[in-house]
Amino acid sequence: MSSFAVGSGLSIASILLAVIVLAAMLIWVERRLLGFWQERLGPNRVGWFGILQVVADMIKIFTKEDWVPPFADRLSFVLAPAIIMVVVLMSFAVIPFTPEIGVIDSNIGVLFVLAMASLGAYSVMLGGLSSNNKYALLGSLRAAAQMVSYEVFMGISLLGVVVLAGSFNLRGIVESQADGWYIIPQCIGFLIFLIAGVAESHRLPFDIPEAEQEICAGYHTEYSGMKFGMFFVGEYLGLVLISSLITVLFFGGWLGPSFLPPIVWFALKAGFFIAFFILMRAALPRPRYDQLMSYGWLFLLPLSLLNLLLTGVVVLSTL
Amino acid sequence: MILLFYLAAAVAVIATIGVIVQSNIVHGLLYLILSLLAVAVIFYVLGAPLAAMLEAIVYAGAIMVLFLFVIMMLNLGQNTRDQERQWLRAGGWLLPALLAAVLLGQLLYVMNGVEGLSVSEQVGVMAVGSRLFGPYVLAVELASILLLAGLVSAYHLARQVRSGDE
Repeated sequence: MSSFAVGSGLSIASILLAVIVLAAMLIWVERRLLGFWQERLGPNRVGWFGILQVVADMIKIFTKEDWVPPFADRLSFVLAPAIIMVVVLMSFAVIPFTPEIGVIDSNIGVLFVLAMASLGAYSVMLGGLSSNNKYALLGSLRAAAQMVSYEVFMGISLLGVVVLAGSFNLRGIVESQADGWYIIPQCIGFLIFLIAGVAESHRLPFDIPEAEQEICAGYHTEYSGMKFGMFFVGEYLGLVLISSLITVLFFGGWLGPSFLPPIVWFALKAGFFIAFFILMRAALPRPRYDQLMSYGWLFLLPLSLLNLLLTGVVVLSTL
Repeated sequence: MILLFYLAAAVAVIATIGVIVQSNIVHGLLYLILSLLAVAVIFYVLGAPLAAMLEAIVYAGAIMVLFLFVIMMLNLGQNTRDQERQWLRAGGWLLPALLAAVLLGQLLYVMNGVEGLSVSEQVGVMAVGSRLFGPYVLAVELASILLLAGLVSAYHLARQVRSGDE
């Protein structure tokens, strides 16, 4: 394993490859799991248990006509899907997968993730705005308000962990959990982060920006081919990112009994949350838009501030 | 590091010029975001990672999103684009360019005497935090009171008066 140093070329390449392949595979995993939970089959024709469905989807998406509507604003229309891929993949740079695998140990890792999450909002906003389509515009208006709001609680809910660990460095946060995972002292922070994470990656039940029953497909109504594919894969990348972040921040990252190697522990924990997010999609209905906003600002914000205050009191009194 | 600084500075200057000369408001905003991110890189190179990240989170990530939000709400379209193009005619550039040139000359004169750029140390998150809540706590509190006043008045202005009230 000596070639797998943090920041080495092999490490970077394997993270990039693993994450993108995983995100593409998740399209199939999600459909199969949803089928299982909804008592139907899901895609099971192509290959073993339908596992080659992803390949078939990819071939389809790559060979579709890549069309830019004549009424769209070309620059922002082309830029928007690239932004989501770039910012989510950049966020993986600061995530420590194991003691050996990782891209960079940044002292501002948590802040970097938050910065990338806030830049991700441009993707949906520009996509909807440049499409010059009323459904797309409605979708991106919703996305903008939702993402800007939930970013606030996401940031504040993380601060409890940062206070306990005394560091913004994600690797430092994992190492400081050797005595106990932060899920126990920070269970409120964890719940808020979980909810805010779903809202940030606008997945069901918070997929109001792309609610197909109300506004077609929302911000990506006008997209087709690979540009749509980037939005689609970007969403699954966001899912992997949120699951990895939860693992790192609250569940001790790669830490675990030594009969399994660290990367397996990380994958198990992150995989559990990915499956949990998919189950949530199968189980929960979508709230109304104003319910989402007032729930965030009137309930989650005070709760996250209270959590931070209590954490501060406890840390100061045990100094 | 010095190369990175000049590169980011060049991007910031060019992007800011782009903000001014763009007649499409969304493209102008994209240039502004680029300029802010370049400034964040400059902060990082100068040894202030916290300031760099806050620049990206607060300015590029939050305030510009709100700008874009307002642009989306207004959805101005072709008329403003034509108007903007009219305002950007060559004649209008003369006086501002002259004034800016005077400022640039002064700046160059002042910078002539300054020692070269040197990055002494990185100012970490903890150092900034202990300063903010140590010697500068009064300024922080005053600023937060100002923000609170702004928040309350914005709430008051945006409040919907229902028919049953007052």
